[in-house]
Amino acid sequence: MLYSILILNKAGGLIYQNEVNPGLNKLSTNDYLVLAGSLHGIHAIGAQLAPNIGDKTVPASVEEFNRNQNSSIMSTFKAQSPNTNRSGLQNIETSLFNLYIFQTVTGLKFMLITAPNPAEHKGELNKQYDMAHELFRQLYMLYSDFVMKDPFYSLDMPIKNPLFDTKVRELVN
Amino acid sequence: MSRKAVGDDIWKNNVEKINSELFTLTYGSVVAQLCRDFNNNYHEVNNQLDKMGYNIGLRLIEEFLAKTGVRRCQTFKETSEVISKLGFKIFLNIQPTIENWSADGKSCSLILPEPNPLTEFVELPITADDKIAKELWYSQILCGVLRGALQMVQLDCDVQFVKDVLRGDDRTELRLKLNKILKDEVPAGED
Repeated sequence: MLYSILILNKAGGLIYQNEVNPGLNKLSTNDYLVLAGSLHGIHAIGAQLAPNIGDKTVPASVEEFNRNQNSSIMSTFKAQSPNTNRSGLQNIETSLFNLYIFQTVTGLKFMLITAPNPAEHKGELNKQYDMAHELFRQLYMLYSDFVMKDPFYSLDMPIKNPLFDTKVRELVN
Repeated sequence: MSRKAVGDDIWKNNVEKINSELFTLTYGSVVAQLCRDFNNNYHEVNNQLDKMGYNIGLRLIEEFLAKTGVRRCQTFKETSEVISKLGFKIFLNIQPTIENWSADGKSCSLILPEPNPLTEFVELPITADDKIAKELWYSQILCGVLRGALQMVQLDCDVQFVKDVLRGDDRTELRLKLNKILKDEVPAGED
């Protein structure tokens, strides 16, 4: 069950917030802005705190991963996940809610707040994670189609686009 | 419109296609109108096309990333390959060749194959002076698009045409030059 969708611009400003299903405490617009800013900061600090085991081998493997993925896309023409959030905060799982964070190469962040992992899926933690990431990919496509192509939308500003709202609702229901 | 899972063929399922003649003619009317609006001041027309392209590029990059899933490139060579094999392919269905690398690996040429989808039915008007053939870069919008899109992935580049078949050159050549990588703006959490 998906509670809420947030989109942050590359500076950490909240540009979109949609409570698709009720269940969370109501926050004021201002509180949402603070929440978004804090998560943006924690995400960045998370990247700094990440352990540096083996020092140089870790970044090298990331580079290699990126290179392999790019060359595979170029040779097979098959789409891959556009998530580039590798060392920042990726998800928080609690007994009351789960939160997932997705980041693009341009620095845009999508966040999902969902219900916790259902009891019958104990030990299937990855399942909800995979579902969240497929949803992120589709949200990103909706964003690129319905927000980026809206001629009256100015970059990095709050998204007030009814068509995008409709498409998001169609996607999650 | 169906939206498929990861691993799907980008060209078949994720790219919207439109009639290429409609596209060519629309772009042609834009350029012709700009020439009229600016009283055949072709330098200004180039500027305007570049600006329009830049604004397109800033937004187009998101679609490109969303639909392909391309990661950050490690070298500028890789970037140029992604641009030609994926970028141009997805949006214009052409694959320019890359050559003329500078020694420092920071600039290269993209050779657009003929027919260039922007200029398929285009001939520059023949006038007493050949001002238009000397000054107008008809496909300048592409430079702006590349510049805008690359800037959004933290690459500061200069892009310009050096040759155009429309002007009577032997080929259409775009020069791509990397000024610097905006390291401070690379989002946290990538590596």
